[in-house]
Amino acid sequence: MSDPAEVQMAEMRERARTIRARDLRMVFGAGLGHIGGEFSAIDILVTLYFAVLRIDPADPTAPDRDRFVLSKGHSAAALYATLAEAGFFPTAELDAFMAPMSRLNGHPDRNKVPGVETNTGPLGHGLPVAVGMALAARLDGSGRRTFALTGDGELQEGSMWEAAMAAAQFGLDNLVAIVDRNGLQQGDFTERTMRLEPLADKWRAFGWAVREVDGHDIGAMTALLRGVPFEPGRPSCVIAHTHKGQGISFARDRVEWHHHVPTADEFARALAELEASA
Amino acid sequence: MTAVVTRDELFDCREAFARALLEIAEADARVVTVVNDSVGSTKLGALKRRFPDRFINVGIAEQNLVAVGAGLANGGRIPFVCGASPFLTGRGLEQIKVDAAYSNANVKLVGVSSGLAYGELGPTHHSIEDLAWTRAIANLTVVVPADPNETAQAVHAAHAAVGPYFLRTSRMPVPTVHRPDYEFRVGRAALLRDGTDVTIIANGVLVSRAVDAATLLFGDGISARVLNMATLSPIDREAIVDAARSTGAIVTAEEHTVRGGLGGAVAEVVVSEHPVPMRILGVPGVFAPTGSAEFLLDHFGLNAVGIAAAARDLVAGRRR
Repeated sequence: MSDPAEVQMAEMRERARTIRARDLRMVFGAGLGHIGGEFSAIDILVTLYFAVLRIDPADPTAPDRDRFVLSKGHSAAALYATLAEAGFFPTAELDAFMAPMSRLNGHPDRNKVPGVETNTGPLGHGLPVAVGMALAARLDGSGRRTFALTGDGELQEGSMWEAAMAAAQFGLDNLVAIVDRNGLQQGDFTERTMRLEPLADKWRAFGWAVREVDGHDIGAMTALLRGVPFEPGRPSCVIAHTHKGQGISFARDRVEWHHHVPTADEFARALAELEASA
Repeated sequence: MTAVVTRDELFDCREAFARALLEIAEADARVVTVVNDSVGSTKLGALKRRFPDRFINVGIAEQNLVAVGAGLANGGRIPFVCGASPFLTGRGLEQIKVDAAYSNANVKLVGVSSGLAYGELGPTHHSIEDLAWTRAIANLTVVVPADPNETAQAVHAAHAAVGPYFLRTSRMPVPTVHRPDYEFRVGRAALLRDGTDVTIIANGVLVSRAVDAATLLFGDGISARVLNMATLSPIDREAIVDAARSTGAIVTAEEHTVRGGLGGAVAEVVVSEHPVPMRILGVPGVFAPTGSAEFLLDHFGLNAVGIAAAARDLVAGRRR
């Protein structure tokens, strides 16, 4: 494995494994959290933070940094673990997740946590704000890009489609929406709750350039996201096919793991699985 | 200190708002205007022609309207997000809370045609809950100017300050209530007329009516203080407590439901700092019947006669 690209991919996979283990500890320690949707998103976050985003953890408010928006704000633990791994704040602070007076709230707060761009939590907020960020970049004549990671259930919010229309209308090819298409929402499968398919066609019909990818294949996602915009003059949408709870066999694709907090036994078994995958 | 209500000319404060915003946009390239199709009703046509690149129309989509403003602020822009107040605040309320106020985004929200201004169009278009909604949100400055001079100054003040603002303007023609040398200060009530028997606290369209009520009361031998409480949040606690202590009775008057607006804000201070009898005048917790804005204000007693009657009642109650 002397190919530098392959070495980098191996490093990123190892980071993803580390972040999953930290996320698991955070949720177990806090007694609260959203492991399912965090584990579906972590490979996407690792791809962005370690191969795509032009950011400097030492200068988190640099004007021309790329912007990342976690539209699915309930995956905050995964974002915090990723930001800490990237060097925005010490990993030791992750133990304070949701502790009284901690800055690591259950949903991210840009006024407290370096690297967070806008406060999210209620679904349907992040992508519309990202449209404004992309407009600001264009007004500035800046080459910075804006990436928003959305849930799939979140696409049931009408505000997401207001944003989708606007991004296409304004020709924002500096904007990328990544859909964490894990197929589940809090209560059931998305398709049994409020159907999203044909999802790629919907985005195309709204004027976006769409690509689909395995959301756990860091190499494929790196290649894809380094190639944005997919079409000049159009915003880019990546539908990342993922599994809720990816990395823990007994949590994978299980609806109850949306916000299930592991028991001590489940915690030990899950950690053992993650360690064995190293 | 005595206010001069000049009735020979009435003004639409949207004109003052649009002029002030154009001045600011000329002077500061960071300023961007964001609208929801409402170019005409916000009177921003000239600004759109002058700065087409810095004029963003998101269409009829108020959630996106506010959110796009927050995103522009993240990029160092100063967005003025303008729309009819009932839809801007009602449809965009969670975005106002989360994307603007909680995120501490430097967004200036401007609600036009607020209160009962849309008159005959009916309760769907009345914005008589917007102040209760917005003042309940932390980290959001809420300003309700009374005349063109104060409107222009409030727009400049919003631009000068860093942080989220909500400016509530009307389309109802109003007289000037402030002298040309008046200086608007965020968070400070303006004393328009001093008095000893009762204080009338009003904002927006109701301020000139409050001054007229004080004139009527003067004829009855009642000395009424008049405060223009243009900033609803953060409210001028000092002026309210002083009014309670010095005059012993307070009437509030607002173009808004009596639930949770100016009256509620004043009462919160009065009951905790210096309890005195109060009357809260506004729309009494109902959807308004059909009628023009002027008709509806009269219908609900939101005029000089109605305000004076409430003040008289309070003073008579104390003298009994």
